[in-house]
Amino acid sequence: MKKRRVVCAAMAAVMAMSLAACGGSDTASATTAAGEASESEETAAEGSSEGVFVIGGSGPLTGGSALYGTAVKNGAQVAVDEINANGGINGYQVKWIFEDDEADGEKAVNAYNTLKDEGMQMFVGTTTSGACMSVIAETENDNMFQITPSGTTADITKPANVYRMCFSDPAQGTKSAQYIAEHGVAQKVGVIYDNSDTYSSGIYENFAKEAQAQGLEIVGAESFNSESKTDFKTQLQKLKDAGAELVFLPFYYTEASLVLKQADEMGWAPKFFGCDGMDGILDLPEFDTSLAEGLMLLTPFAADAQDELTQNFVAAYEEAYGETPIQFAADAYDCLYVIKQAVEKANITPDMDMSEICDAMKTVMPEVTLDGLTGAGISFDENGEPNKAPKAVVIENGAYKSLE
Amino acid sequence: MKTKTFRQNAVTYGIVILFYLICQGLILSGNMSSLMKGLMVPICYYVILAVSLNLVVGISGELSLGHAGFMCIGAYASAIFAVCVDGKMPEGLELFLALIIGAAITAVFGFLIGIPVLRLRGDYLAIVTLAFGEIIKNVVNAVYLGVDENGLHFSMKDSLSLGLSEEGLTIMNGAQGISGLPRTANLTIGIVLVLITLFIVLNLMNSRQGRAIMAIRDNRIAAESIGLSVSKYKMMAFVISAALAGVAGVLYSHNLSALQATSKNFGYNQSIMILVFVVLGGIGNIRGSMIAAVILTILPEKLRFLSDYRMLIYAIVLISMMLFNSAPKAIEWRKSLAERFARKKDIPAETAGKEAR
Amino acid sequence: MSSFLTYLINGISLGSVYAIIALGYTMVYGIAKMLNFAHGDVIMVGGYTVFVICSTLGLPPFVGILSAVVVCTVLGVVIERVAYKPLREASSLSVLITAIGVSYFLQNAALIIFGADTKSFQNVINVPSLTLMDGQVTVSGVTMVTILSCALILIGLTTFINKTKTGQAMLAVSEDKGAATLMGINVNRTIAVTFAIGSALAAIAGVLLCSAYPVLSSTTGAMPGIKAFTAAVFGGIGSIPGALIGGIIMGVIENLSKAYISSQLSDAIVFAVLIVVLLVKPTGLMGKQIQEKV
Repeated sequence: MKKRRVVCAAMAAVMAMSLAACGGSDTASATTAAGEASESEETAAEGSSEGVFVIGGSGPLTGGSALYGTAVKNGAQVAVDEINANGGINGYQVKWIFEDDEADGEKAVNAYNTLKDEGMQMFVGTTTSGACMSVIAETENDNMFQITPSGTTADITKPANVYRMCFSDPAQGTKSAQYIAEHGVAQKVGVIYDNSDTYSSGIYENFAKEAQAQGLEIVGAESFNSESKTDFKTQLQKLKDAGAELVFLPFYYTEASLVLKQADEMGWAPKFFGCDGMDGILDLPEFDTSLAEGLMLLTPFAADAQDELTQNFVAAYEEAYGETPIQFAADAYDCLYVIKQAVEKANITPDMDMSEICDAMKTVMPEVTLDGLTGAGISFDENGEPNKAPKAVVIENGAYKSLE
Repeated sequence: MKTKTFRQNAVTYGIVILFYLICQGLILSGNMSSLMKGLMVPICYYVILAVSLNLVVGISGELSLGHAGFMCIGAYASAIFAVCVDGKMPEGLELFLALIIGAAITAVFGFLIGIPVLRLRGDYLAIVTLAFGEIIKNVVNAVYLGVDENGLHFSMKDSLSLGLSEEGLTIMNGAQGISGLPRTANLTIGIVLVLITLFIVLNLMNSRQGRAIMAIRDNRIAAESIGLSVSKYKMMAFVISAALAGVAGVLYSHNLSALQATSKNFGYNQSIMILVFVVLGGIGNIRGSMIAAVILTILPEKLRFLSDYRMLIYAIVLISMMLFNSAPKAIEWRKSLAERFARKKDIPAETAGKEAR
Repeated sequence: MSSFLTYLINGISLGSVYAIIALGYTMVYGIAKMLNFAHGDVIMVGGYTVFVICSTLGLPPFVGILSAVVVCTVLGVVIERVAYKPLREASSLSVLITAIGVSYFLQNAALIIFGADTKSFQNVINVPSLTLMDGQVTVSGVTMVTILSCALILIGLTTFINKTKTGQAMLAVSEDKGAATLMGINVNRTIAVTFAIGSALAAIAGVLLCSAYPVLSSTTGAMPGIKAFTAAVFGGIGSIPGALIGGIIMGVIENLSKAYISSQLSDAIVFAVLIVVLLVKPTGLMGKQIQEKV
């Protein structure tokens, strides 16, 4: 009994301390911002006095999807370094802060709140679609400017303050089906998708809808989930037996590399068609690129594109992080430049608070046009969707080749 | 004796109310960070989860690894309800009904799952609860549910096969889950639910039924021989625990605007996290579970300054806490330390007994 | 028919990997009476070791596999010494939680050391694939090697346990720790040896897993670990032939339900079968029925 009480007391003390620490850290930030005689609860989110734009982002840095969060974090950092080296935005430097959200809705809200406490004024996130759906309610409530580099679910851009850099699920699924039908690539189509992933099942659904409309025959739709994403032989065998001429793979290149390898082992060579998540497959170390020969995909970005912008970005990224950037990094990079352009157009200064910034951004966003890594002349429609056309490419001799 | 347990319970309630007053005070005076404000409701549902799991693990003595599955059922049941009645009734009433529906449906599932589960023992029981938790998550991710003027539509394939009309509304969209949920949960509601949970669990513990449950835990055969119905009492603890987890799920779904079942929030990882709260707080110790849940919910957020090393350090802290809390050597060391401070003489006898073994 | 054979062979191949992992689980459980949730992550460490040796340093596969076994064995013993041994007298739940802590630790350490990007694993097993029935059924080289190693490991382990002194000591410790101590068996050493063997098996499982499914990330071992744990319980935890049978049956059920019932629900079906089996045989397929003492 005694012992229990001691432990209890100790734990309670720790708890009290942690609470006190929370109060304490906040008091500290309140003192720094004391100049602005505001007593509002968003003290920490008020413009910083040093004249720096604080842009925050979130994505998974731990767990199974850590790859994507890391890419967004690093891609945006490359952009921020460039912007700062060239004199910043409107003469103000930019500070990029990034928090781990573990690709989970609840943790993403925590990450977002942490970023707010750190004084974030604009939000580039979240990286994953599922988590993003929880965060948009928060940013809408706060009227925080948000642009997601890679959240694809259609509903994400519903709130007026949320914009998107990548293609939405409908954009990708529908366009893939249209492309396949219009170019007569195949008539009998099989699909493998990740039914535990918002991105993959979202694309699949839109693909299936459009395929029906286009008169394609879906001979089989097989799924896997995040817990068994290594063995695709059974799914492939089923599609093979169903007579699929083309297999649509709306998921990421890591799993896709396994699908290609296992199909090859089975001695089956249908056409494969992927989405933007497929980009990166050629750079997978040790991956036998001959397996990807003939793979078609819709992608906005290719790390081996020959234009100067891409080459500079890839070089800077490789130098800083020792790996080839994937499309997530490119999207994040473009997000930062969209923000730069909009901030310059609206003449925003860092001493404005986040709601003022968001309102100002909203008015100029329709005027933004960016020649970015993921497309030329990217602009945004009234829903916050990007106007950029996915490019169909095919892999030939281990390199991308544009189709039509 | 009665007054002593009463005093103990009063202290437990007191801690919760004090916590509420401090937090509410910090919020109202504008001294709480956004992060902490956002963590208030999660803290409440993790406390409810920890306390309710302690009912099964500590009081009833069965290791359950599927607690998050019950949370999942509660969350989805209430979310479907919320989407169906969206805007048709006042928020408060909606939340109240959602809580009742969530708890009731989870209790029914708890009962159905309890029938096979409680026939097993020990680690086998644990693995079956884990299996049920995974089944729930897996099935929820494969269910599509929609509504239009012709009524409800249901499919296990995809949302297309629902065959909804133009005005139809997809409620559950497989892995994409449910979106557009009301965010009506707040600290006050959370704390009220924590208090209700405590009231139920503490009263059960001190009741005739509770003593029967503990008697079965301590010696099943002896309990059986004096005529206690083992299956009835075990089931009672299991169902109550499930229903409370369902309540936590309702709170979860009313705190986020979108609901998806991933391995992060409703998988075995989450079940194990809840178990960590219980074990770290002391098995059977309700107050300990509460405190452990609060600390371990805040800790990973407070470690954010470590950036990349955050989860690594968290793992090390977890291991050290466990070693410090449960290793016989550490317990002895702590005791001798406490002794030195308190200069009490009634403890060493026990320690000496342990050393002789 | 040929499709069915393919599904079956794929199932056996997947199941053999589960079986090797399950062997490690079951051995540790039988002797230390603890669920070592970090076992799956030791597999991942094995995979990364081979990756570093073979792909980064360019040494031959043989060296890679050997170093993986050595690294994992050492790691297993160290984990046991640091995290589990101090809790030997504490409740089994405490050890379970510590094991989870170790699992988090290994995953996040790997994430920091090797980065978040998925590594493509260079196949270290170069065996040509076998074609049966006029090319309708193909059995890949890795599959054959996996099944073969599974059988060899089973034979080896059984011989080790029945014929050597250490093996007998393991049996004794698993029966009754107290009595074993009285008979002069060094319990701590025996448990350490068990962890060493279990981890060495995890290393081999890691090599086979990564060769069959050549991607490697910090969470590679987590899910196969849980599946293998289920397989071990399925077969009767603590029983060595049980782990093998459990693993293979799990793999086959998973693949057949994916093929003939629903690929969305295959995991649910596997777990449902587990529940049914445990209801009929509450201690698994090959588990011993323990009589309760009054």
